[in-house]
Amino acid sequence: MNPAVFVAKESFFPLGSDADVLAARRGVREWARDIGLTTLDSTKVVTATSELARNAVVHGGGGVMCLQVVRQADRQGLRASFRDHGPGIPEIELAMKDGYTTGGGMGIGLPGARRLVNDFHVSSTPGVGTCITIVRWRA
Amino acid sequence: MAVERIPILRMGKCLLVTIQVDMYDQLAITLQNDLSRAIAAQETNCVLLDISALEIVDSFIGRMLANTAAIGRILGAETVVVGMQPAVAITLVELGLSLRGIHTALDVERGMALVERAAAARA
Repeated sequence: MNPAVFVAKESFFPLGSDADVLAARRGVREWARDIGLTTLDSTKVVTATSELARNAVVHGGGGVMCLQVVRQADRQGLRASFRDHGPGIPEIELAMKDGYTTGGGMGIGLPGARRLVNDFHVSSTPGVGTCITIVRWRA
Repeated sequence: MAVERIPILRMGKCLLVTIQVDMYDQLAITLQNDLSRAIAAQETNCVLLDISALEIVDSFIGRMLANTAAIGRILGAETVVVGMQPAVAITLVELGLSLRGIHTALDVERGMALVERAAAARA
């Protein structure tokens, strides 16, 4: 069994506009610095945040980001969950493929964001909404 | 949010854009439109986009850079993206954006030399 994950710190960010996406990015950047992520790991997790926060605003009709500092055994990391109440993702496997898009974008947001973090989890129910959780552990 | 604009400086036949604020989608769209207009309005053969102050480039900003370069080329100007931080470059490639077709340089001086060579080759 994996050691339990403890939440050391938590904050919520509304996602309804460009300005909110910026605020979410800044929040993640600040906490990444606080827990001592490298510049590269911080850049990766902030970029993933930008993709997922935009998705929640543009495709999910707005939502919320829950940002946490998490601890598991002797490691520490950042966990961010992006929850929206949009139409949901009907076919998650398709949406996770590079180049697949329904929104007129390039279709790299979801699969790209997954490559930038250590853990990535999507749950989505059509008509109810989508929740995507990412974790970046300190190396 | 108030409508912000990123200043576009003209140096001879070159346009210099130094992005010193956090980019968000509307600002990127505004810049792309302003730049396209500026290239078309006066004789311009190069655009230098200094992104050394940008802490991230995500898929939307990356697409704006690629679109700007493509529009510029059609209008007769070469675009060079200068000063991308190494962490930003690594992240962009992992994200899946390799920015093919965009000229890049480490700093403005090298970018200037690059576009001058490109312009000379065109002439």
